[in-house]
Amino acid sequence: MASENDLTGRAGVEEMPIIGPGHTFATVSDKLTAVVLLDRIRKSWVLGLAISFAFVMLFLMSVTVLFLKGTGIWGLNVPVMWGFAIVNFVWWIGIGHAGTLISAILLLLRQEWRTSINRFAEAMTLFAVACAGMFPILHLGRPWVFYWLMPYPNTMALWPQFRSPLVFDVFAVSTYATVSLLFWYVGLLPDLANLRDRAKNKFAQLIYGAMSMGWRGSARHWARYQTSYLLLAGLATPLVVSVHTIVSYDFAVSVVPGWHTTVFPPYFVAGAIFSGFAMVLTLAIPLRAVYNLKDFITDRHLDNMAKVMLATGLIVAYGYLMEDFIAWYGENEYEFFMMLGPGRPFGPYWAYYWSLIACNIVIPQLLWFRFARRNVYVLWVISIVVNVGMWLERFVIVITSTSQDFVPANWQEYTPTFWDWSLYLGTIGVFFCLLFLFIRVLPAIAISEMQELAYEVDHRKSLGNDGHGTSDSSHA
Amino acid sequence: MRESQHAPKRTPLNLARIRSRLEGATGPRYWRGLEELTETDEFLSYMQREFPEQADSWDDPESRRQFLKLMAASLALAGVSGCAFQPQEKIVPYVKAPEELVQGKPLFFATSMSLAGDCIGLLVESQEGRPIKIEGNGLHPASPASLAAEVVDQVNQAARADATPINASVGSTDLFCQAELLSLYDPDRSQTVLRNGRPKTWEEFQVAMVEQYQQLKAKGGGDGLRLLTRTITSPTLRSQIQGLLDEFPDARWIQYEPVNRDHARDGAIRAFGEDRHAIPHVERADRLLTLDADFLAYGPGHLVQARGYADRRNPDHPDGMSRHYAVECNLTLTGSNADHRLPLAASRIKDFALMLAKELGITGLPEPSDSLPEEASRWIGPLARDLRGHPGASLVLVGDGQPPVVHALAHAMNEALGNFGKTIEWIEPVAPSDNQGEGLRELVDDLNAGAVDLLVMLEVNPVYDAPADLNFREALLDAEGTLRVHLGLTLDETGELCQWHVPQAHFLEAWGDGRAFDGTVSLVQPLIAPLFGGRSSIEVVAAIRGDRNPDGRALVEAYWRDELGGGDASDSEGGGDTDAFSRTWRQCLHDGMIADTASQRVEVSIADPTKLATAEDFEPVEGSLELVLAPDPTVFDGRFANNAWLQECPKPITKLTWDNALMVPASMVEEASGGPLAGSQSGDVVGLTLGNLTLDVPIFVMPGHAEGAVTLHLGYGRTRAGRVGNGTGFNAYSLRSSAFPWIVPGVSINRTPQKYELASTQLQGALDGRDLYREATLEQYEARPDFAHLNQHFSARHGETTDSLYPEYDYSADRGDGWNGHPGYAWGMTVDLNRCVGCASCVVACQAENNIPVVGKREVIRGRVMHWMEVDRYFAIETPAGQEPDLANPKIAYQPRFCMHCEKAPCEPVCPVGATVHDHEGLNNMVYNRCVGTRYCSNNCPYKVRKFNFLNYPEIQLKQSELGSGFSPLVLLNNTDVSVRSRGIMEKCTYCVQRIYEGKIQSEIEGRRVRDGEIVTACQAACPTQALVFGDLNDESAQVTRLKKSPRNYGMLAEDLNTRPRTTYLARVTNPNPEIATA
Repeated sequence: MASENDLTGRAGVEEMPIIGPGHTFATVSDKLTAVVLLDRIRKSWVLGLAISFAFVMLFLMSVTVLFLKGTGIWGLNVPVMWGFAIVNFVWWIGIGHAGTLISAILLLLRQEWRTSINRFAEAMTLFAVACAGMFPILHLGRPWVFYWLMPYPNTMALWPQFRSPLVFDVFAVSTYATVSLLFWYVGLLPDLANLRDRAKNKFAQLIYGAMSMGWRGSARHWARYQTSYLLLAGLATPLVVSVHTIVSYDFAVSVVPGWHTTVFPPYFVAGAIFSGFAMVLTLAIPLRAVYNLKDFITDRHLDNMAKVMLATGLIVAYGYLMEDFIAWYGENEYEFFMMLGPGRPFGPYWAYYWSLIACNIVIPQLLWFRFARRNVYVLWVISIVVNVGMWLERFVIVITSTSQDFVPANWQEYTPTFWDWSLYLGTIGVFFCLLFLFIRVLPAIAISEMQELAYEVDHRKSLGNDGHGTSDSSHA
Repeated sequence: MRESQHAPKRTPLNLARIRSRLEGATGPRYWRGLEELTETDEFLSYMQREFPEQADSWDDPESRRQFLKLMAASLALAGVSGCAFQPQEKIVPYVKAPEELVQGKPLFFATSMSLAGDCIGLLVESQEGRPIKIEGNGLHPASPASLAAEVVDQVNQAARADATPINASVGSTDLFCQAELLSLYDPDRSQTVLRNGRPKTWEEFQVAMVEQYQQLKAKGGGDGLRLLTRTITSPTLRSQIQGLLDEFPDARWIQYEPVNRDHARDGAIRAFGEDRHAIPHVERADRLLTLDADFLAYGPGHLVQARGYADRRNPDHPDGMSRHYAVECNLTLTGSNADHRLPLAASRIKDFALMLAKELGITGLPEPSDSLPEEASRWIGPLARDLRGHPGASLVLVGDGQPPVVHALAHAMNEALGNFGKTIEWIEPVAPSDNQGEGLRELVDDLNAGAVDLLVMLEVNPVYDAPADLNFREALLDAEGTLRVHLGLTLDETGELCQWHVPQAHFLEAWGDGRAFDGTVSLVQPLIAPLFGGRSSIEVVAAIRGDRNPDGRALVEAYWRDELGGGDASDSEGGGDTDAFSRTWRQCLHDGMIADTASQRVEVSIADPTKLATAEDFEPVEGSLELVLAPDPTVFDGRFANNAWLQECPKPITKLTWDNALMVPASMVEEASGGPLAGSQSGDVVGLTLGNLTLDVPIFVMPGHAEGAVTLHLGYGRTRAGRVGNGTGFNAYSLRSSAFPWIVPGVSINRTPQKYELASTQLQGALDGRDLYREATLEQYEARPDFAHLNQHFSARHGETTDSLYPEYDYSADRGDGWNGHPGYAWGMTVDLNRCVGCASCVVACQAENNIPVVGKREVIRGRVMHWMEVDRYFAIETPAGQEPDLANPKIAYQPRFCMHCEKAPCEPVCPVGATVHDHEGLNNMVYNRCVGTRYCSNNCPYKVRKFNFLNYPEIQLKQSELGSGFSPLVLLNNTDVSVRSRGIMEKCTYCVQRIYEGKIQSEIEGRRVRDGEIVTACQAACPTQALVFGDLNDESAQVTRLKKSPRNYGMLAEDLNTRPRTTYLARVTNPNPEIATA
C-alpha cells in the first residue's frame, strides 16, 4: 500500500498521478467551490435536470396509480410474485455499495486515490439507497402498513417474525442508509464551512452556515472530525458486506430452485461492488469532462476502478459457475432444470440469461487490457454494459426461478407492464435528479481532503521520501 | 409494451420429428417418457406454450369491450332502474327471532334442481334467510352421499337421533348445482314484467292472459296455442300443461332442449319399439365401453354413475377393478379417465359399433360401407373377447350425440352380453317427449304459416339455441299475428323479441317439483322470497289457465295432495299437522323428495334385430371434415353463460376460461400435413364454413382429438346473456342444423390472419418427467403395492419423520383446560387420484364456500385466477415396446392441487409479519388482517397454491355488478363464516377452517371429540367420486388415517423438500388390457 502512495516508485504509476500537477490549497479550493458558487447555470445542467425531473413526474404518477389500484397494475402473477420491484430494489442496493466501499473500506485500507471520488460516490450511494428503499414499500400489497415490519410496541400485539429475511432486510437497509448518510454528512462539514465562507450570496451563507454546524476549522474540530470519520468508516465497513449478504438471504433462504444457493451471499456482495463501481464510472466520466475535473478524477482513478470492477466481476463469474456446478453435481432435478436445462439458459428467458453472461462475464474481460482501462469511451461503455448486466442478473434470478419452479401446471411467464417500467425509469429519474441537484449545491469532490492530498503529494515530492508519512498519518 | 418482452419464437410444430425421436424408445414409458420428448425444441415449445400470447400489459379494466359492456348494461338497466331491488338495511338484531333461526347457525333446506331433464337433490345452507351454499342431498338418489357409507353410519349411530349432523346427509353435486347460487344473485336477471319493453305489472300480465284465454276459448280448440318449454320432469307442471291441453285439444306443447336425448329416444324405439330410459349401473360393470359418452360430466344420473365408476376404479375393490374402454371423437372427461381410449371421428363410431356388434355375434346387421382405421380394427377382437369374458358384468354406453343406430346397436350388445337387468336396467321415460328437434321444426313451420296466435315460451331461449337452419328469430319476428310470451331468468335473446316477458323465479325462490333420473319425485322449495319478483313456470301456466294470483306453493301442494291422498286441502290452511297428508308432506319437504316414487323397472328386449341398423345408416357422408358439437363443460348449452363462476372455472381438458374454441386434432396443424391449418397455433382464428355460413373461431390444438373432425362446444357467443356472458366465445348454434344436430358433415376450414387471445389457467401441459403424479398399471401395483415410493432417495411415508434438531410437535397432546380435556387434532386430507375424474365441481364448491372472487378474462390471462382449488391436467405419452408412439392419443392425468398444509411449511418462516402461521392442529393458517402483502410466502410455496389479491377483486366484482341503484345483489352472496379479502392480501385453502371450528364447537358443547365425518370440507362435500377425504389423523379409525396408510399414499414433493404435506395423494392405478397394446 505504501508503494501505491509512492508516486515515483513505478513508471506505470508515475504516469498516472492521483491529482493534477501544480495544485495548492487555494487552487483546489477555488476550483471545487467554483462549481457550486461561481459557475453559471449551464444549459446542459438545466437540460439534464429537466429530463430527470420529467422522470420524477413519471415516478410520482406511477406511484399514485399504484397506491390507488394495487400491485395488480404490474405484470405479476401467481408463480411470479416478485417482479420489477424486487429486481430494482436489489439493483439499486447493489449500486449503493460502491460509495461506502470507496469511502470507508478504501479509507481504512489507506487507498488515497479514493479521495477525489468518495464524496460523489457516497452521494450516489445515498440516492441509490433511497431509490432502493422505496421499492420494498411500494412492492407491498398493503403499503400503508409497511411499519408492521418494524418492532415497535403496539396494541395489536404484533411483532415482526424474525426468521424472515425480509425483516433482516429492514434492519440492514435502514442501518446502512443511516450510517451512509452520517458518514457523508460528517465528511461534508469542512467543505460546507468552506462554502459558507466563500459564498457571496446571503441566502447561501445562511444555508451553508446552518449546515456546517458551526465548523471553524480549529485543531480540536479537526481532531474530532478525523476520529469520528474514522469511527464511522469502521462502522460502515461491515455494513457494506452485510447489506447485500442479507439481501441475498431473501433468495438463499427460500426453497426455490435458482434461489436456494449458498454461494449467494459472497457473490451478491461482489456483484454489488461490481455494479457500484460501474455506476461510479458511468457518472464520473461525464462529470469530470463537463466540469473539467480531470485534475482531480484522473485517469489513474478510472484505471483503479476498472481493476476493481474486473476483480469483482470475476468473483461474480465464479458465483455463476458454482451455481451451475452444484446444480450439475447435486443432481437435484429441479435445480438442474433451472440452472442447466430449460429453466434459465434454454427456457423462455434465454435471451436475458445469455445477455447477462455477455454483459457481466464476457465483455468485462476487456478490462484486462490497459487500452480498455485508459480509453474513457471504452471504459464508459463497459461500465454501462455492466450496469445493464447486473440488472439482467437480478431479473434472471428473481423471475426465471419462480416462473418455472416445481409444479409445471402453474408455470407462467412474467411480462412487465407500462407501470413496471415507469416505476423503474421513474426511480432512475429520481436518482439523476438528486444527483444533478447535488452537483450544483454541494461540492462533488471533497475539498478539504483534496487539499490535504495536494499538500501531501507536494510535501512528499519535496521530501523525496518513500511515503512513510502518508496522508493517513494525520488522521491517526 | 404491447409486444411481450420475451415472446417465444413461434416454432412450427414438427410432430413428425417428435415421433421420429420416440421411435427409438422401448418399453412402457409413462411420465418419464415425456422428459425425453421435451428435449426437442418443437415439442417443448408446443407443450410449454400452447398459448404464446402474453397478457396485455396495460391495466385497463375500462377497456373498449368493458366500456361497451357497461354501456349496454346501463342502457338495459335504464328502463328498469326504478324497479331495482332495494336492500333492506336492518341493523337491529331480531327481537323476536323467526322460528328455528339462531343467528350464526345455518339452516339447511332440501330442494332440487333440474338441468336438461336431470333432477338433482340439493341441501341449501341458509344464513339468516339467505342461501349461501348449495350442497347435494345425500338422501336423494341422484346425489350420492359425500361420505363413505361406513362413515355415515358411524356418525349417525354416534349422534343422538334428534341431532343428526347435517354433514352425514350431504351429497355430492356437479359444478352447475354449485354455481346456481351465483345465478340466484345475478344482477343481470330480469327484474320486471315487460310488455313491448316497457315495465308492466304481474297483474296486467294476468289480465292480458285471461283475455287471451277467453279469445282462445272463443275460437274453439285452442288451435293457435303453442307452448314451448324445456324438458319438463315436474309432475305438477306436466299435469298443469296436460290440463291446458285438455281444455285446448288442438294446442301443441313442444319440449325443446338444445342438449336433448332425441337420438337415445329414437335408438330405444328402434330397439324396443318404444322409448325407454336406461339406468346404467356402472358400479356393477367389470368392463365398460363408452361410445362417445361423457357420462361423468352430464346427463341424467351422472353423479351416481360417476360414483359407481369411481368405486370400481379402486384397485382393491372386492369385485376387482373395472376396465374402461372409450371410443370418442373429442377428448372428454370420460374418455380421459379410460384405461384405453380410441380417438375416432364421431361419424365413424357407428362403424365401430357395427363391427363390434358383429364380432359379438349379433346377426341381421348390414355391411359397413367403409373399413375402419387400422387401430380401430385392431381393437375389435380383443375388446369383444374382453366384453364376452364378463357376461352380465359389462356395459356399453353411448353418448346422446351419437345417431340412433349406435344406441340401438349398443342395446343389442348389452342384451347379447347379458347385461339387461344386471348392469343396465330400464324404466319408462321420466320426462316423455316427442322428438324434440322435430317438434321445434314443426313449431317454426306453424309460425311461418301464421298458424300461431299465442306462443308461450317457458324458460327457453330458442332464438339463441335453435338450429340455425330453422331461422327461429326470423320466424318469430315475421309471425305478426302471434302474441309471444316469454318467461326467463334474464331478458335474453328470445325475451327481447317477445311482447310479454315475465321474470322467472330462480328455483331457489320458487316452489316446484321434478323427477330424478330414476323417477324419484324431488321437491323444490324456496329458500328466499323472489329477489326480483320472479314467477315460476307453474305460476305462469296457472295464470294462462285463468288462475288469479296463483301461488306456486298451493299448486304444488294441491297436486301432491291429490296424488298422495290423505286429507282435504282446506285443512292445510292452518299449517298444522292435522291430517295424514300434512305430516307426510312435511317429511317429504324435509327430505326434499317423496320416498319410494322411483319408477318401476320394466323388461325390454330387442324386438327385431334386423331393424336395428340398415344400410342407409352407414352410407358415407359427403365431405372429409366434420364438425362435432357438444355441450360445454362449464356453461353447458349457454344457460350458464352469465354465471361468472362457471365462466371462470377452467374446462377440464383445455383449461380454457371465458371462451370456447374450435378443438382441432394435433395432426391438422402439423407442418407436414399440408392442410389449411398447417403451422397454425392455438388462438389462430379460422373460418369454419358450412354451406354459405361461416363462423370465425379461434382454434385450440387438442391432443387426442380424432382426425377428420373438429369439435366446438355449445353455449357461447351469446348476445343477451348479461354483463358477464355477452360477447364471450363463439356461437356454435350458428352452424347447427336440425338435420345434423351433433355431427355436422361437410364443413371446411380456412385460415384467417387474425388471432384471438384465449385465457387458459394452465399453460404447461406436460409434467416434464417430474414425479408429482405417480401411477402404475394394476399388474405393477399387484407386484409392488408401494410403487409410488420406489426410487425415492428417502422415505416420506405417512407417520415417518426425519431427523431434525428441532423437537417434533406433539399434535396428540392433551392441551388441558380450555381444550375440553381431549387430545388434540391433526387435520389432514387425501386425494385419491384413482377416484378423481377431473370434473371440477370441487373448484366451484370451494369458490362458493370461501367467497373467492372472480377476476375476469384479462386477469386470468395474466395468471391471477383466484381459485384455491385447482385441478391440474397433464398430458403424457405412453410408448409401449415395438409400437409407434401415439401422439394423437395422449394419456391424461388430473391432479387436484390446493394448500397442502405442510407440517414444515416453507411459507411460514419467510413471512416478515407472521401472517401465515401453523396452529396446534397442523393447519397452516392465513391471518388476513396481519398480511401486508410481501408475497414471499407464495414464492416460497413449492406448490404455488397461494393466491394474491393483486387488485381489489371483491370490490371490482361488486362495482361491475351494480344495479341502477348502485347496489349489487352479490353482497348477499357471501358466506358469512368467511371473511372477504381485500386488495393486497394473500389467501389460500384453509381446509374450510370455518367448518372445522363449527364441528369443534359442537363437539365441545357436547363434551366429546369430533367424530370422523362430522367435518366435511366444501370440496369433499361436492366431490361426486369421494376422491377427497378429510379428517383427523390422530383418530386411528378415521377414514383419512386409513387411507394415509395405503401403500399408494404419497406426498407431492415430500421426498424432495421434506415439507411433510398434510394433503397427500393416492397414486393412480390403471387397468389396461394387455391385448390392446396401444392406449
